[in-house]
Amino acid sequence: MSAFSVAFRRDFALMWSAGGGVVAPLGFFVGAAVLVPLAMGPARDPLAAAGPPLLWVAAALAVLATIERLFQADLEDGSLDQMLLSPTPLELIVLAKGTALWCAIGMPIALAAAPVAIAMQAPLALVPAIVCSVALGMAAFVGAGLVGAALTASVRRGGVLIALIVMPFFAPPIIFGAAVAAVGFGAAFMLLAGCALAYLVLGAFGAAAALRLQAE
Amino acid sequence: MLATFANPAHFMRFSAWATPLCAVIAVVLFAIGLPWALIYSPADYQQGETVRIMYVHVPAAWWGLSIYLFMGVASFVSFVWRHALADIAARAAAPIGATFTAMCLITGSLWGAPTWGTWWEWDGRLTSMLVLFIIYLGYIALRGAVEDEERNARLAAILCMVGLINLPIVHFSVVWWSTLHQPASIFRPGGSSVDPSMLGPLFTMVAAFLALGLALGLMNMRAAIFRRRVETVRLRGANA
Repeated sequence: MSAFSVAFRRDFALMWSAGGGVVAPLGFFVGAAVLVPLAMGPARDPLAAAGPPLLWVAAALAVLATIERLFQADLEDGSLDQMLLSPTPLELIVLAKGTALWCAIGMPIALAAAPVAIAMQAPLALVPAIVCSVALGMAAFVGAGLVGAALTASVRRGGVLIALIVMPFFAPPIIFGAAVAAVGFGAAFMLLAGCALAYLVLGAFGAAAALRLQAE
Repeated sequence: MLATFANPAHFMRFSAWATPLCAVIAVVLFAIGLPWALIYSPADYQQGETVRIMYVHVPAAWWGLSIYLFMGVASFVSFVWRHALADIAARAAAPIGATFTAMCLITGSLWGAPTWGTWWEWDGRLTSMLVLFIIYLGYIALRGAVEDEERNARLAAILCMVGLINLPIVHFSVVWWSTLHQPASIFRPGGSSVDPSMLGPLFTMVAAFLALGLALGLMNMRAAIFRRRVETVRLRGANA
């Protein structure tokens, strides 16, 4: 079994079950989205305009809320040293962890985006595009989040610091994602896909470089 | 060449006279540039007197962005060659760049009120400056958070370089998203669209901001080196 699949299974199992597991970020996402109509009032038109963009904000916050401990636990219990000793490049293991995070948290949130978008009065025709774009957007958020989590792995209570570091990099995926939510598949969707790929590559290399320093 | 600059003793000798020199040049340039820009330069045919904000806004914007580029290069040098002075330089430049960027945003807002009729517009170039400002804050916060000096330097270098790669992506996406700000009007194909009578005071102010930034940056670097020396002496005292 390759190191990639071992790292993936381990992280996926941890995220799926431990500490509230998948329910916690999913509940956070739905809960944050529910606050939007409560704050705006139930009128249909303003909600249809502001709802899908705020769905994107809720998705971004859900990633920020889950990413803090991604590498901290590995650093504390020595798993990180084992990863460094393995012949598999650390970049690949980091990518496996990111993929696990995306499968355990990104996919459920993308699926949950469908009912949330419908409740926000998004047109039904746009819902498939919204689900696909949130899935891609979560990949971009995870890529940026990997770097933030790796940079702050040795900082106690680094949650707010991660948010500050990572949030500027959320700007492009949020822009393209919100555009998809407004007009459906098209140029914005392609740009979002490109952004997600670029972020995953950058995230894997950046995070691995930072983790090598954390383990020294 | 890198080795010469990497020697802190050389740097301290060089900066001992370069710092006051830059400060004097900054004072002289501001003494010429400010009255020239604010009083003796012509008012704009359309914007009237409000155009004078440009003489602060444009230099702050240029150097706010350029300092980040400088930090990116310095971070690369410090990361690859473990060049200690490059790291000190990047760290010293961050608060200056952040301040210039904030100045650009504030003066831009003051300028927008009379000319565009709004204090803030979510336009492409404004927004990417704002994102740059947040990137600066993240960098400064990370430098304050990691305790181990060596690790602090190298982690910050990674963040700075990642930010540098990201900046064009952010800028492109934000411009794609919305554009109201006038496009670049000084360096463009076909020559500047700004009247020559305004370029004199503008470039004087740009040079004045550069001299100010250099003087402050060198002061920051000197302070950091002195702080490190004090730490070393203290550690020696504690061990003895």
